[in-house]
Parts: sequence; C-alpha cells; structure tokens
Amino acid sequence: MSYKAKFKIWRGDDQTGELHDYLIEVNEGEVVLDIIHRLQATHAPDLAVRWNCKAGKCGSCSAEINGRPKLLCMTRMSTFTEDEVITVTPLRAFPVIRDLVTDVSFNYKKAREIPSFTPPPGLGPGEYRMKQVDVERSQEFRKCIECFLCQDTCHVIRDHEENKESFAGPRFLMRIAELEMHPLDSADRVREAQDEHGLGYCNITKCCTEVCPEGIKITDNALIPMKERVADRKYDPIVWLGSKLFKREKA
Amino acid sequence: MTSGVGAPRRARISARTLRTDRWWLPPLLTNLGLLTFVVYAGARSFMGKWYWVEEYGYLTPFYSPCLSESCLPGSSHFGTPLPELPGWIPLGFVALPFLLGFRLTCYYYRKAYYRSVWQSPPACAVAEPHGSYSGETRLPLIVQNAHRYFFYVALVVSVINTYDAALSFTHGVGLGSLVLTTNVILLWGYTLSCHSCRHIAGGRLKHFSKHPVRYRAWTLISKLNVRHMQLAWTTLATLMLTDLYVMLVASGAISDLRFF
Amino acid sequence: MSQVERHSYDVVVVGAGGAGLRAVIEARQRGLRVAVVCKSLFGKAHTVMAEGGCAASMGNANSNDNWQVHFRDTMRGGKFLNNWRMAELHAREAPDRVWELETYGALFDRTEDGRISQRNFGGHTYPRLAHVGDRTGLELIRTMQQKIVSLQQEDFAETGDYEARIKVFAEVTITELVKDDGRIAGAFGYYRETGRFVLFEAPAVVLATGGIGKSFKVTSNSWEYTGDGHALAMRAGATLINMEFVQFHPTGMVWPPSVKGILVTEGVRGDGGVLKNSEGKRFMFEYVPEVFKGQYAETEEEADRWYTDQENNRRTPDLLPRDEVARAINSEVKAGRGSPHGGVYLDIASRLPAEEIKKRLPSMYHQFKELADVDITAEPMEVGPTCHYVMGGIEVDPDTAAASVPGLFAAGECSGGMHGSNRLGGNSLSDLLVFGRRAGLGAASYVESLESRPTVSQSDVDAAAEMALSPFDPPAEGVEENPYTLQNELQQSMNDLVGIIRKSEEIERALEKLAEIRSRIRNVTVEGHRQFNPGWHLAIDLRNMLMVSECVARAALIRTESRGGHTRDDHPGLDAQWRNKLLVCSAKDDDPVVPGVEVTPKEQLPMRQDLIELFELPELEKYYTEDELGSHPGRTA
Repeated sequence: MSYKAKFKIWRGDDQTGELHDYLIEVNEGEVVLDIIHRLQATHAPDLAVRWNCKAGKCGSCSAEINGRPKLLCMTRMSTFTEDEVITVTPLRAFPVIRDLVTDVSFNYKKAREIPSFTPPPGLGPGEYRMKQVDVERSQEFRKCIECFLCQDTCHVIRDHEENKESFAGPRFLMRIAELEMHPLDSADRVREAQDEHGLGYCNITKCCTEVCPEGIKITDNALIPMKERVADRKYDPIVWLGSKLFKREKA
Repeated sequence: MTSGVGAPRRARISARTLRTDRWWLPPLLTNLGLLTFVVYAGARSFMGKWYWVEEYGYLTPFYSPCLSESCLPGSSHFGTPLPELPGWIPLGFVALPFLLGFRLTCYYYRKAYYRSVWQSPPACAVAEPHGSYSGETRLPLIVQNAHRYFFYVALVVSVINTYDAALSFTHGVGLGSLVLTTNVILLWGYTLSCHSCRHIAGGRLKHFSKHPVRYRAWTLISKLNVRHMQLAWTTLATLMLTDLYVMLVASGAISDLRFF
Repeated sequence: MSQVERHSYDVVVVGAGGAGLRAVIEARQRGLRVAVVCKSLFGKAHTVMAEGGCAASMGNANSNDNWQVHFRDTMRGGKFLNNWRMAELHAREAPDRVWELETYGALFDRTEDGRISQRNFGGHTYPRLAHVGDRTGLELIRTMQQKIVSLQQEDFAETGDYEARIKVFAEVTITELVKDDGRIAGAFGYYRETGRFVLFEAPAVVLATGGIGKSFKVTSNSWEYTGDGHALAMRAGATLINMEFVQFHPTGMVWPPSVKGILVTEGVRGDGGVLKNSEGKRFMFEYVPEVFKGQYAETEEEADRWYTDQENNRRTPDLLPRDEVARAINSEVKAGRGSPHGGVYLDIASRLPAEEIKKRLPSMYHQFKELADVDITAEPMEVGPTCHYVMGGIEVDPDTAAASVPGLFAAGECSGGMHGSNRLGGNSLSDLLVFGRRAGLGAASYVESLESRPTVSQSDVDAAAEMALSPFDPPAEGVEENPYTLQNELQQSMNDLVGIIRKSEEIERALEKLAEIRSRIRNVTVEGHRQFNPGWHLAIDLRNMLMVSECVARAALIRTESRGGHTRDDHPGLDAQWRNKLLVCSAKDDDPVVPGVEVTPKEQLPMRQDLIELFELPELEKYYTEDELGSHPGRTA
C-alpha cells in the first residue's frame, strides 16, 4: 500500500531559498500535510509549516501544491500518480517568513478597514427577527475559513504588489457583500466598496471561486452582486430617476 | 516581474508558475472559439445575401430586425423605416451593436476574454504579462458597468427573434423552423441567466421574505445563472449553426426538410 | 542576556478561542487595555472545530425550556459532580450571551417566525442548541473576532490607533507566568515566527488555552491542545481539579488512518442519524444505564416518532450523554460487532433524503467526501471514540473565574468544575461565552481594585528565557532525544493505558512510562535556529503535555469508581461516596523543568437548597449518599 513519493519543497526565507528534493513514504489515505509531518519527524525537524486543525476547518495550512493554491490538509495523495513529482511552495502573493510559512498580515490589516456590522437602532439583544431565506446569502459567505487562498490567487495583488494599497481582495469584498446582504445591518456599504476597497479592480476572472476550499461562489454570489449594486447606485440613471420619482423606503 | 510574484520578500521562485497541468489549454480554446465566431459573424454580417428564405419565412438572427429598404422583400417583419443602405453597412446594424455589447460586457465573457485575449491572468496562479493593472476602475473598462442596458436591449431583440421564429411556422413546419426555435429558446436561456437579470429580478433586495414573487424569480434565475457559461458558448454555436442553415437553404445548397 | 521585547497591559488573555475573545471584549468594554496572545493566527483557534451548536434555554423550539431544565440536564450529564454554582450561572446566562452575539453580527439558523433555531443534542431535554448548519464554532469565533475588530475601529476613531486598547499577538506562545510577591505580574513567551522573546507586564492574566487532547494518540484536538494553560497555572501555584475526567467523543472518524480521530458532529444523531453494529442492529437500546432508565425510548418505533413528536415520546438512546455512547461503541467493537476499520456504523443515509443531509450537515458531507471518499448521503459512516474534551481544569471561583493565585483567571476548557464528570454536547460553546465574559469582568474588577501594580523581576525573566532556550543545548550526558519521538511515546501510552477504559495496573504502567519520559525530556535537543522552528516549539510544549498527563493518570488511579469520562474496568460502578470528592492536582517544588504533581482529595460545597429542590428525590438517590439527602424536602416532609 505504501510507496515513496518524490517531493520538491521550497525552503528558505525572505532573502533566499530554493526547492529541495525529498523522497518520502506515503501510506493509504494520506494527505500532503501528513507527508510534510513525516518529513518533519524524520528528515527535517525544523521545516516550518503552519497548520492547525488538519480537517479543513481552520484555514491555516494554505500553500501551493504543483503551483496551485490549496490547503495541505485537504489535498489527498491519491490525487497524484505514484511517480509524479509533487512541488510544495509557500503562498506566492505574500511575503515569506520561512519555508512554507508566509506573512499574511496584509489580510488582517484589510479586515480592519472594512466597517463592522452596524446594529439596527432600537433593537435589543433577543429582539432580532430574521427569516431563514434572508440570512442564507450572508451565511454562505460566513462559511469562509479565512485560509486566504482567494487573496493569494487573485492576480490583482498577486501580480501587482502596488495594488495591495487600494484593493481589499476577494475575501474582504465578500465580507462587504455579507454585511450589505445582512437583513439587519443598517449601514450603507455600496459606494465605499467601489471607492475605498477597490471593487472596480476585480475583473471577475473567478480564480477566487476556483480555489475556495469551502466552495463559496465568491464571484457569482458576492462580487458580481456587489458590482451590480454599485451599478445601481453609480451608473444607472433609471434607478436613480426611479428613486427620485417614487420615494419608497428601501426594500 | 518585480511587482508581482517576484516582489521583494516573497519566496524567491523564478518560475512564472509551477503548475504542471495544461493551464494554457482553456485560454487557447477560448481564443479559438471566440475567433471562429468573430470571423464567421463578421463575414456573414457583411455578406448581405442568403439571409432570408422567402418560401418558409426563415430569417437569420444576424439580420434581424431588418429595417431598411435594402432588405429582401418579406424579410422586414417590422417595416422598412430606414432608407437603402450602402453595402458596407450590415443589414442587421440596428441590433448587432447591442448584441455585441451585451456579450462583450457579459460577466462570463469578460472572464473568458480577460483570461484568453488579454491574459490577465491567463490561468489561476499563472503570472500575467502586464506591468500594471487597473482593472475596471477607469475608462474604457469602466463601461462594463453598463451591462444592464445591453441586457434591456437584448430582451427586446429576444422578443424580435421569437417573433421571427414564430412567423416561420405560418409557412408550415420544417427543420429550419425547429432550428430557429431551438436557437431562440437557448437565446432566452442565455439572456435570462444574465447576472444583471438576476440582480434586477431580486438580487438587489435585502429582504427576500417580503417579496415572495421576486424571490421565486431570483431563485429560478439563480439556477439558470449557474449555467450561464454553458449557455454563452452554446448560443454562440447555435447562432452560427442557425445562420449557416438559413444560408445553405437560401443559397439553394440544400433544401429544407419539411414535416408539414 | 537574551533580548526581550516588553509590553505593558492591564490584562493579558492567553488564548484566542471563544473564551479568550469573550474575555477580551468584556475587559475592553470596561475600559482596560488588553493583549490577546494566541499560538495560531487570529481566528484559527480550536473553537472553529465545534460543530453542533451552543446550548442556551431560549425556548425558541420548545417553550417549556428554561434555565432550570438546562441546569438539571447539565448536572445529570456531569453525574452530579459539577460545580453547581457554575452550572447554575451557565444555565441562567447562556441565552443572554447568545442573543448578544446577534448584536455583534452573528447569523444563526432561524425558526419559522424568525427567531434563533434550536436543535436536539445528547442529554438535552429539549431542542436547545443555537446553530449554523454544522459550523457553529466558526460562527462564534468569527463573530467575536469581528466584534474585536469593531472595538478596534472605535478606538481608531477615538485615538487614531487601532491597537490603543486591544492588540492581538498572533503566533506567540506563553512559556511561563511571572509573579511578584505571590501575585501575577506578567507572562513570558516567544514569537513563533522569529523565536524572539516577549514579556507582557500585566497584573491580570486570563488563561483560555483550551484542552489537553494532544496527550492522546487518537484525538479530535489540534496541535495547540497541549495543556499549556493547565501547566502554566500549576507552575504558578494554582490547582487543577477533575483531571481524571476526559471526554471521548463517541463519533470520530476511524478511516483512513491519517484522519483518525477527526470529529463527526453529534448533530448527525440530533438530526436523525443512528448507530448500528455490523449486524445492522441499533445497539444503543441495550446500553441505557440504570440512572437514565425511563428517560429514553425503549423501541425503535418510539425513538423514530420522537423526532417529530417530542411531547408524547421519549428520545432515542443514540442521544444518551457522550460517555455512555462512547462506552457502548467500545463494547460493541470489543464483542466483534464492529465495522471493518474498528468502529461502528453511523447511518444517516437511510434516514434522510440526500438533499436534506447536504443542507443540514454540509461540512460533514464535505469532510467525508474529501477526506475518506465516502458519500454520507449514500452510505453509512464508520465512527469510533476519539479524545475530545477534558472536563478537568484550573480550579476557579465560579462568579469571577479567579484561580487561587491572585491575578490569575481561567475560562473555557482549561478551567474545571462546570461540566463535572462529563460535558454535554453544546455546553462548551455556551460555557466559553458565559465564563469568558465572567473572566473578563473578574480580571477587570481585580485590576481596578489594585492599589499598586506588581513588577517583574529581571531574574525571573532570565530564568524563563534560559528554560525556553535549553532544548538548543545538547545534553551534558546521555543521548539526545527527538521531541517528536517523545511526543509519540507519550500519546501512545496515554491512549492505550489511560484511555477510555482504565485499570489500575495499566495506569501504573502509564505512570512508569511518564516517569521515563520525564527523565529523557531534559535531553531533548532540537536542530536549527529559533525562527519558526516546529521542533523547538514541540520541545517546549512537551513539558506541559507531560505535566497534565501525569495529573490525568494520578487522579485516574486514585478515583476507584466509574463516573462520566472516567471508566475503571476494575471499579465499574458509580460510587456515591465519591460523588462529592474532587481530586485536586498541584505542582511540587521538586523539579524546575517538569515539576512533579501531587493529587489530594477535597470535598465540594453542598448544593444550595433551592437548586437541589429542582430534582426529585428518587433521581438524587441514584447519585447521593443517604446522609447527604437528609435535608431534602422529600425527606423532611
């Protein structure tokens, strides 16, 4: 059942580094993270890797396997052939700290820039009433485990360091969408999404959706609806006229 | 690439991507697909003939609505308010720019051509070849926000195409009428599955529970929307095939298969 | 001497899981400056693994529910060994804590009329668990993480600095608590990223470090669960109680080996899933213990009716408290009626339509599909017990969460008492909200009451730094030890010898093994340098794992009865004489590397009269001695 797999693992720090070759035992049912752990316990005790739950729930062990952003704990060895060389590198959109560990502080900085949930005035704890159909859209986005694979793969920042300043990335544009669709959030977030958080940079090439380990439809359900809301507000004279003519309360 | 994956402090990896799969294949196929359509549609739009089969009432969607004096007798289902046109203007010029615009600004096609034609990015986690990137934040790409207007016009055109197809049944039923009908059904599928349509129908609401009818519409459109990509490609193909069929029948190369 | 980065705060919260974050929020809202230290990235703590829900008697699903019912369920679940005051506070305050989360932005699943939906769980009389599908823990932690961000935004608006009052120190491990004249003066640790040392000078430290599961081979716990808080508290002079009670969750994955132990939520059973043996028999009907007789369905028909009509039927024994179910599975496997990979079957595929399963249990569906290639909507899961939770922990004052050392507070899994000998599912998330808040309050009041702030002495800092660096020095004599090997041996012996079923000679063998590991641990040597070096990190955590393992084993040896999460093969029955006895674990002064531990029995305060009157006499008679019940109105009347 077990065999020796050929691995290339990137080791280094923010100055230098290269791919190292390893030949490691693989047993039935294992995932890439198991192999990394075996490597630590046998050949390379100081190999740095970030991980936590090993069940695809915490989003810590993000890395790139054969060039694709993935969770190490959710990539089964059975998806590779036995003679395939498996290359593991750190995330390439963020500064590396050591080996497979990257500095993801960019994401925490961006998280702080998104205005928080704004409770509805006049409703106390225990008085919130929301229908299931109304919370479901935001609930999909709250499945996010913050593995930041979407942030890593998004070419807006992966390929253009300078855009990090003005672009929040898919994870946090989705956070805005989540609050915008929250049935009881009382803040208006549409203009800010475009003007402050860089929604316009997104060219909906859907890589964020492709890499999401939770299968959240980031592009179709969060980013495009936000773009449409921006269009409502900023680029749609008919809606603008309608809102002037029939002053109805917001649906 | 000093600004991208080669930026300071990132892992020193010189390769543009370490992907081992054939990531270049999908953009290549997209380019070929789009190119095929552009060449075919361009050639046919300017051809100015074999677009109308008088006997069975088949009008190719590329020439609908045909609104000028230049149109063949009977092909102008909505009259000829426009005078005779010089040969270099396609007879379908009224609807064509909007249909082109609808597809150009479509959220799916945007993804497709940004990845394939513009290589931005060519595939996920493959570095793009451009030095800078501003996305859809400024002109000209900010125009993409006008998608919904093209959608409104596309709705009207879909009605016209439906009328064209329905009219063919007044001449009996042939394979051509079925081809036209299939094309129209799929066109409706593509048009209604549009992201803007999904938004307008119900997506923009904050409380679905207060608008059960629009919620229902949104739910149905959402189901269609998942197939937007497939519908986008299928309708490109059916548009070409429908037109080809009409052309072949109109030119006399083949004869229509008649059922009734 | 080593460079040490210094920070001064009012309160340092160690651990950024649910309890830690709730404590941070409370202390910050009292106006204090708070540092929150987490071993992982912010928002990754083990709380995300909690699936089923958060127990709170809001009465949304069944209006008969109230705090008294919840209190009774909790006491029964813990076999009446719980700290009754904690159980009372917990049952009373849980609904407010859940509702509060909604004002932070949490989105729980809803009832038809728009209130928070509640689901059934083992040991709970009514549907009581607020939930979001099967990812409730993630919702809790994200909500509180986002609440902290919102508080930081308020501080930013006021002062121009996001970190004016709350600062998150991610990927920092605390290795030692520092005291001044018997009081807490600070916490010493290192950045995992750089290996650099950091000292927090603070008069109050809240420990919220979670559990000890990593001391066992098969566990649902992550690498972080090395009992850091337990060991830090003991080394600082505080005491642990109830360490013999370790909960083995009945349903962990058993196949493939690399995922063995990963949790399968109790929600599967709450939503209709049933346990079957290899003969296809629903065996739980045979395992309803004496104390629960009459409270559970006796036929499959009644059990099935219960899902739709709870007024007129009794619940299925598949939802007995976890200790009972875990033991039952263990017995079935031992009797040769297990599944091919040494578990039993958990079947939901034949009980619910596929779409419904995917909707109610999305992450379970995902987990089995991705990790085991099993489609749970089409075939049964294979499950078996896995080490899940430690009921034992730091002995605290119920109202303030204060430990016996002034300035030290503890909440969540690393505190002890609340769950008695066995925790009910869903009571951990509510526990960490209720006591996380109380710890934040307790710490805040303590800091406010101080007349002078303690100071940290340089010699303590130097000693802590030296201790932390010792694994880099090869031993003067003897062979160099690999930390991974030692960890492995420790996990294996705890799993085999102090696991779900225990005997005195096995525990003694475990203690011998632990003594051997203790002698080898000083020879642990690690390669490389201090920057993100997992071998070094493990070497430091090992000391803590060894200390808490010894507590578990020693207490397990002393308690000569079976109760909740402690099952003695050689003492199979519940012994009323033991009900009121706590085993208190404290550190000896003998060895600075890994102090030895000693365990002494202690009596609990008797339950307050109005609380004990919530129970019927016949039920209490199953647990209490005759003498203890003399004052019950059922007796005096």
